[in-house]
Amino acid sequence: MSETNSGGREFADRTVPVILQINGIKHELQLEPRVSLLDALREYVGLTGTKKGCNQGACGACTVLVDNERINSCFALAVQYQDREITTIEGVAHSDQLHALQAAFIECDGFQCGYCTPGQICSAIAMFEEFKQGAPSAVTEHLAETEIEFSEAEIKERMSGNLCRCGAYVGIVEAIREAFDKEAAR
Amino acid sequence: MKNFAYARAQDADTAVQLITQNQNAKFLSGGTNLVDLMRENIEQPDHLIDVTGLPLAQVEELPGGGVSIGALVRNSHLAANQIIRERYPVLSQAILMGASAQIRNMATTGGNLMQRTRCYYFYDTDARCNKREPGTGCDALEGFNRIHAILGASDDCIATHPSDMCVALAALDATVHVTGTGVERTIPIVEFHRLPEDTPQIDTNLQPDELITSVELPALPFARNSMYRKVRDRASYAFALVSVAAALEVEDGTIKNVRLALGGVAHKPWRATEAEKVLTGAKADEEIFKRAAAEELKAARGYKHNSFKIELAERTIVSVLKTLASEGGAR
Amino acid sequence: MSARIVKPGAIGQPFSRVDGRLKVTGKATFAAEYKVENVAHGALVFSQIARGKIKNIETSAARNAPGVILVLTHENAPEMKKTPVFGSDSEEMGAASSSILYLNTDEVYFNGQPVAVVVAETLEQAEHAATLVAVEYEEKQAKLILQAEKPDAVLPEHIPGEPSDLKQGDAEGALAEALYKVDNIYTTPPFNHNAIELHATLAEWSEDEKSLTVYDSTQYVIGVQEMLAKKFSLRKENVRVIGSFVGGGFGGKGNAWAHVSLTVAAAKVVKRPVKLVLSREGVHLSVGGRTPTEQRVALAANDVGKLTALIHTGFTQTTEHNNFAEQFTFPARHLYKSENIWLRQEMVHLDIVPNTFMRAPGESPGTFALESAIDELAHEMGIDPIELRARNEPDRDPVKDLPFSMRNIKEAYRVGAEMFGWSKRHAAPRTMRDGRFLIGCGVATAFYPAYQFPAAARVEIHADGTAIAQSAMHEMGMGSATAQAQNLADELGLSFEQVRFEYGDSNFPYAPVAGGSNSTISVGAAVKAACDDAKKKIHGLVGEDDASPLKGTRFDEVEFREGGIYRRDDATKGETFHAILRRFEEDKIEGEGEAAPGAESEKYSMGSYGALFCEVRVDEETGEVRVSRFLGVYDCGKIINPKTASSQWRGGITMGIGMALTEEALFDVRKGRIVNPSLAEYHLPVNLDVPNIEIHFLDIPDPLTPMGAHGVGEIGITGVAAAVANAVFNATGKRIRDLPITLDKLL
Repeated sequence: MSETNSGGREFADRTVPVILQINGIKHELQLEPRVSLLDALREYVGLTGTKKGCNQGACGACTVLVDNERINSCFALAVQYQDREITTIEGVAHSDQLHALQAAFIECDGFQCGYCTPGQICSAIAMFEEFKQGAPSAVTEHLAETEIEFSEAEIKERMSGNLCRCGAYVGIVEAIREAFDKEAAR
Repeated sequence: MKNFAYARAQDADTAVQLITQNQNAKFLSGGTNLVDLMRENIEQPDHLIDVTGLPLAQVEELPGGGVSIGALVRNSHLAANQIIRERYPVLSQAILMGASAQIRNMATTGGNLMQRTRCYYFYDTDARCNKREPGTGCDALEGFNRIHAILGASDDCIATHPSDMCVALAALDATVHVTGTGVERTIPIVEFHRLPEDTPQIDTNLQPDELITSVELPALPFARNSMYRKVRDRASYAFALVSVAAALEVEDGTIKNVRLALGGVAHKPWRATEAEKVLTGAKADEEIFKRAAAEELKAARGYKHNSFKIELAERTIVSVLKTLASEGGAR
Repeated sequence: MSARIVKPGAIGQPFSRVDGRLKVTGKATFAAEYKVENVAHGALVFSQIARGKIKNIETSAARNAPGVILVLTHENAPEMKKTPVFGSDSEEMGAASSSILYLNTDEVYFNGQPVAVVVAETLEQAEHAATLVAVEYEEKQAKLILQAEKPDAVLPEHIPGEPSDLKQGDAEGALAEALYKVDNIYTTPPFNHNAIELHATLAEWSEDEKSLTVYDSTQYVIGVQEMLAKKFSLRKENVRVIGSFVGGGFGGKGNAWAHVSLTVAAAKVVKRPVKLVLSREGVHLSVGGRTPTEQRVALAANDVGKLTALIHTGFTQTTEHNNFAEQFTFPARHLYKSENIWLRQEMVHLDIVPNTFMRAPGESPGTFALESAIDELAHEMGIDPIELRARNEPDRDPVKDLPFSMRNIKEAYRVGAEMFGWSKRHAAPRTMRDGRFLIGCGVATAFYPAYQFPAAARVEIHADGTAIAQSAMHEMGMGSATAQAQNLADELGLSFEQVRFEYGDSNFPYAPVAGGSNSTISVGAAVKAACDDAKKKIHGLVGEDDASPLKGTRFDEVEFREGGIYRRDDATKGETFHAILRRFEEDKIEGEGEAAPGAESEKYSMGSYGALFCEVRVDEETGEVRVSRFLGVYDCGKIINPKTASSQWRGGITMGIGMALTEEALFDVRKGRIVNPSLAEYHLPVNLDVPNIEIHFLDIPDPLTPMGAHGVGEIGITGVAAAVANAVFNATGKRIRDLPITLDKLL
């Protein structure tokens, strides 16, 4: 904790009230500013579906959606994410009804140990939104065009921020195709 | 991570005021580098001033054909911006080849400029590092230096700047707009980052109380024919060993305009002015590309593990220029 | 023993994972995620020197930091008794990763050794306070360089069960006289398992301190239980270790590393549950990985391509405190027939984090060297590498002189060559290209022994017609729980949906470490034994019961199917478990069983094999290598579940691609420190690095193993680096013998 003078009333140190909107539910927390969104979810809210794999922004296991965009929650300070709509893996399914991508992950064996899986699924959901909006990737050949083919290389590049040490990449790509191909073709 | 006091600024003036009035304070935006460095105990600010609420998230066309990019435009949004994709493809590509989609969604334009090196010994607080702890020495000189600098390094530091975006900005002659205590100024991108010399702890020429507000791209019509090539150890999600950003205009077989910058080779994005001199006005062929690359790398110095970068940089320059010359203005 | 007739049932079907739903919804609970009241958080402090003594450890700043409850050091830690090290020669297997008495000694044996544990109210407080502990050392000269210590290398007594020096004939002599020969040194760097789940331990003591519950990310719940019982002088049955979901292990969670007992000790002192999750850096510093290897392979052949000499020798590094030789000479013991053979492995002792097993320990680096050398010889002789392998295919195990229980390598190559289009490959290097990309194709053989260890299981058949089996087995993504459910269903004649398999809890009957690809058959045999026991009990009830249509039958006259027992000679005569249990007013019938490898395993050479085909694209300008196609054709006995087994092979191949191209722990010999303890700088393959790996399996049962099956966890990584290196040679004409094949080696 900071041992220096708090620097005036603009600054809050030690713990501060933090209100997080997670999966449609408001959580009122009292957190130190240094608490990451990842740790806030896992240690303070009790939502352990979001995983810590490196805490270095280098594996993607901690991927959550903020206002429908994917981010690494290990690099996010919880205090910065108030008033944002946060979706974790626990909020992806509609009650008992799995998201099409969750079902496809099971069917295509898009995982082994399952630890990176919540991050993969959240990441892929946002990835498909980015794709639909015409966002390019590093492998997009014609950068200026917004019609991009939903190709294997596009999926792989766009999912490369999510490491899977079990090596389930083939199943992950298959699952993404199974869940989204039809919509991508529209 | 040491705890700190946190404040959220709503406008640039307040942000600057807060950073001047508080000891050991830092601006925080996307957090993708600063939070990492704080977690590693490399950065230990007492105060963080969150600037993400500032109204600096617009990409705007400027009269005269240039573009202004707000400091808080996130990397993913900038890369996907239609104007950038069409007029400055090198910038879109450079951003898209950096980090991962998740990180690009968090990282901002201003924050990207402020990234610090990935040198192993900078990250290991038990190692000697003049950048982290001035005067302690440099463990990279005799250690693992495969990822280190070949240009502009000093005996005190051979670290490289890790950004891809900045390499494209260097090629595009961008300027950085900053605001400080009562003063606004612009810094050409090539002068924004520093070479290490004997003060490697200072990465940039930004003053402690200054805040980046925007980055301006000049009108550069021939940048429509531009590209970024990044050479790295895996296909994606890895820092550059060498990267090349280039824009080329060839008219009747002669090079009319060229912009060339290198990444992964120096303490700053390396604008290849020597090569540009050789190229400008010359006939666009492989021979001149090779000569230009060799000229630029004449001053290069390799260390135990990174001498390969000299040849790699030359080859990559030639490859990129060949591609741009063959594609001409088609892009 | 004759081959068991495999009836159509659950075995062999591609069921989706039984735990899939929990995993895709984030509801699978990993060790650090158990909800325990009043839990405190722990963080480790690591040594900064490689060898020496702690002169002074200054903890006051940490102790006075907000929220800190305890700073545990060698000065105040409770005694933790010495326990057997994994792989040592003691009676029991042991789970300790080394004999170092962490926090019961002031000696420092490696850079990164845990020297203190900080416990605080919150994770953030613990992690920060750990940075405030200041240690002063009395430094000693550390041994850190393999090359420098070679003169003092030791010949281990054995390398898991086999002699470390083995000579048949005069291999050097034959090599000297040979018409064709290759003789080269191959090296592999240190690797780290880097399972994505960070090692975690959550320890909770009972109030009377007589019993202990530990949630641990382990591949060996029974081993951890035994170790902790001894370390803390508890009765074994009072220690419960739970590791239901483990987020990848690959060998890195097979031993109990320092943090396990230190977390338990800290919890004992603070009298509260303590949770400790290693940082990624902590994983690299305090959890051992795969040793680097330096291997010599020399091959000699006569004019028709028959091997006259096979030499495979070399060095690995280890410590004084552990006991693991990376058995890289194992493949050379079983893959090729040669008139003369010399195999030898030496180890140098260094002051480093103890090395350990990592997916296919030995076979993985060993096949890189051996299978590269075979390719080099094939090139030297102008013989197709598949043909050269065929010419040296042994009909009996070359070093054991035993028959093979099964071996279909030639068939795997035949099928693979056809699927891959091997005949279209140009044998001459640098002759295939696509624009600026050089294309190359390579093959290599995959190999891993088939191991079975003793295991136990229990089963319950319930009155509602469902069944549950339990064993202290592990499921880290291998698909074990799914495969055992299939086994259980078939054994009891139930449907897959009617059975459940429970695992990962030391309260369940004994199961071995999840290592050596043994689980499927070890536990499979135990499940069968437990089912037999239960079936006999049920039959015992009805066989003498007037009310049963099965009265008077012998056990071998009935069969178990569709949730009941039926006469073999009259399919209409029988009754359901439900009916039987209701009539006898029982809730359930229980069965218990144990199994161990039979005598046959001593009379046969038992292994799994594969034929690997790889295509690479090499950027001629930058030297960047990308694997563009990969095919694995496997000969691993009967495949219980094609879907999950294929994932195992693909996963192994993916790790093999990392081994070949991107992975390396950078060990700075000046301080004995790993300088890239980060997933940003230790490059695991990302999605874009891995092509659409094709898998085919022969599915030929091994007549000697339970279910006809072999484990498939390790074999996937074997041979892969060689297949890639051979393809790179074919593409570029450059032979890379030092992994990883980074672009600078190809410029």
